[in-house]
Amino acid sequence: MDAIFLQILNGLDKGGAYALIALGLTLVFGTLGVVNFAHGAIFMVGAFCAVTMEKILTLSVKVKDPSVTFFDAYKETPYLELWFGNTGSAIIDWVVPISIVVSIPVMLGLGILMERSLIRYFYKRSHAEQILVTFGLAIVLQELVKTFFGANPIPVSAPDIVAGSAAIGSWIGLGDAVVYPWWRLIYLLFSVVIISAVFSFLNFTTYGMVVRAGMADRETVELLGIDIERRFTIVFGLAAVVAGLAGVMYTPVLPPDYHQGMDFLVLSFVVVVVGGMGSLRGAVAAGFLLGILQSFSSMTEVKSIIPGIDQIIIYLVAVIILLTRPRGLMGRRGVMEN
Amino acid sequence: MSENKIIRNVSRRTVLKGSALTTGAAIIGATAPMHFIRNAYAADSFRGDPGSNKSIVLGFNVPQTGPYADEGADELRAYKLAVKHLNGEGDGGMLNTMKPNNLKGNGILGKKVEFVTGDTQTKSDAARASAKRMIEKDNVAMVTGGSSSGVAVAVQGLCQEMGVIFMAGLTHSNDTTGKDKKRYGFRHFFNAYMSGQALAPVLKDEYGSDRKAYHLTADYTWGWTQEESIKAATENIGWETVNTVRTPVGAGDFSQYITPVLNSGADVLILNHYGKDMVNSLTQAVQFGLKDKMVNGKKFEIVVPLYSRLMAQGAGDAAKGILGTTNWHWSLTDDGSQAFVKSFGQEYGFPPSQAAHTCYVQTLLYANACEMAGTFAPWEVIKQLEGYEFDGMGNGPTLYRAEDHQCFKDVLVVRGKEKPQSNFDLLEVVKHVPRAQVEYPADMFGGELGPYKV
Repeated sequence: MDAIFLQILNGLDKGGAYALIALGLTLVFGTLGVVNFAHGAIFMVGAFCAVTMEKILTLSVKVKDPSVTFFDAYKETPYLELWFGNTGSAIIDWVVPISIVVSIPVMLGLGILMERSLIRYFYKRSHAEQILVTFGLAIVLQELVKTFFGANPIPVSAPDIVAGSAAIGSWIGLGDAVVYPWWRLIYLLFSVVIISAVFSFLNFTTYGMVVRAGMADRETVELLGIDIERRFTIVFGLAAVVAGLAGVMYTPVLPPDYHQGMDFLVLSFVVVVVGGMGSLRGAVAAGFLLGILQSFSSMTEVKSIIPGIDQIIIYLVAVIILLTRPRGLMGRRGVMEN
Repeated sequence: MSENKIIRNVSRRTVLKGSALTTGAAIIGATAPMHFIRNAYAADSFRGDPGSNKSIVLGFNVPQTGPYADEGADELRAYKLAVKHLNGEGDGGMLNTMKPNNLKGNGILGKKVEFVTGDTQTKSDAARASAKRMIEKDNVAMVTGGSSSGVAVAVQGLCQEMGVIFMAGLTHSNDTTGKDKKRYGFRHFFNAYMSGQALAPVLKDEYGSDRKAYHLTADYTWGWTQEESIKAATENIGWETVNTVRTPVGAGDFSQYITPVLNSGADVLILNHYGKDMVNSLTQAVQFGLKDKMVNGKKFEIVVPLYSRLMAQGAGDAAKGILGTTNWHWSLTDDGSQAFVKSFGQEYGFPPSQAAHTCYVQTLLYANACEMAGTFAPWEVIKQLEGYEFDGMGNGPTLYRAEDHQCFKDVLVVRGKEKPQSNFDLLEVVKHVPRAQVEYPADMFGGELGPYKV
């Protein structure tokens, strides 16, 4: 029972990350009709916003290290700690929450820049060309990050106050042995909040209503005199913000490296395909569903029956869905069916 | 009249037969000497032969992209430093401490050392393609480098086929000098079996002999052999193995593999992971509170059998207090280590990693073997390396065992430092395990070296 409960939690928090990336992917596909293979790279850039912020906050003065005698080595003490003592240390400790605030305008700007300078020229081109150009863009972003930050993962810590594990078992009567990291619980909550915010924006604001109308019938909306292209540009920026925030929040879970985006991109595309291309609700539902399936398939009991199932389960589900219901679980009729 | 008769009797068919016979005889006559001298010719020629060139080319095949690119960059720094020292530039580094030493600082056999580089991408096929290009296009006399056992085994196989010596970089699988060993392949780095033999007594001293271990293992050749070796070594000291779980390489999020550990009854988690996987699995295991957990009345412990400073750097605070083994560490105070760290530190501003050390040493050992052989002919160089005993290169007295081309030397047991004094001061040496404790019979892991001449 404990193991099942923990795997459900694992699946939900993994699914939260999948859903956030897939949400942006499907939003861009639904509005602009663009298959954006650079979306994983945007997630990675978001994570590196946190890394950059940490580098800025920990800018240090170098003092010669007397413990190294073979050559000149230096110890580093952050300026913030020198100037503000414990307050400076606390600011450094809260680097991830600070990065969330900073990354919103950065990711919005990056998204708009990408859309205006490159993506918009490919709206009327084939999906194959869109994939090629966005994949190329992803490689450029990856290599840029590698040039500046190196190839190894860079650890970024959650604030000390939430660094440990929550005795979640004792909350629900499963005993003290059932614990779960605080930060992963926060991540799960965060993804629910962000997903709700995106849905609220699209469903309960006039701006969102126009965007949805544009998704359904772009020509009619344009005939009404609405500059739908500008709104779609903002939607692209919004998708970048969602992916970027997912990346920032994921840094304490997984030390980011330049290749992280590619690792998530493939999974997220599978999520979008399973959920239904262009379906926002489908992307979210499939994200959580596949996260949970992946977690359960990793259990020893399951692997002893079907060895290696944990490595193929997501793709297996995608194959079954594509064969039996090509438009995905909640996809619009006609999409991907021809 | 008679002449005419003769001419008339020579038919067209006879002329054709005669021509065919003459041509055949001419071909046989011309090629017969080649048949007798063919083997003699091949015996003297070899790939990478610099001939009358004034320089010799070495091939540095390292991961320049991919998850081990930082390790590859450090290997490349070490190779460049080795080339510098071999050519008589810089302070000479370990050329001043190596014993016995036939190197004179004038290149190798009087030829200036040059190099070409390749990118393994930590992928076997890419590494093989890169090595093949170096051998065929750049005419390298020796290939070296790599940060993965999968890559080492693949490139070593290619080098055996092509008759070019491969001085392996960082590879820790028992298979490299076990079932996949090759006559043309040599490994200076230690292996998984040695890690187990060195680590187990320290684990017993630190954590006792009544422990239950849970293994998470990278699902490829290195992970399998390390799991096997560590499992055997810990069971020998009385530990029970609760479970062994294989994880995909590059899994990223290991949470679904870590949560079952919580209720498994295990009180030790052994992470048979390396590089990015180790950084991720260790960080996440600590996030799940395993380091602070009490199980079976004992404090839960995490062990990382193969450790490196670069990995400790990636794992940050999570690495503190974690035990493991390493091939070499920059803080060693012997003459060889100090000479190398000084050269490397002055050149690049930070100390070398264990990968850099093993690559630097491999290059010098190859060069020295050529000097001893008096030729670049690989079969002669191989004979010099086989059974070669040396010292002054950072690991104490070391033997390149002839039977499997595995180096035997002391192994270091290290621990993630609780209070680092500098950015590089991340590991502390807990114990120097003497070579005798990690030795094993040469035929233990099977394999055949293959012929000297290919």
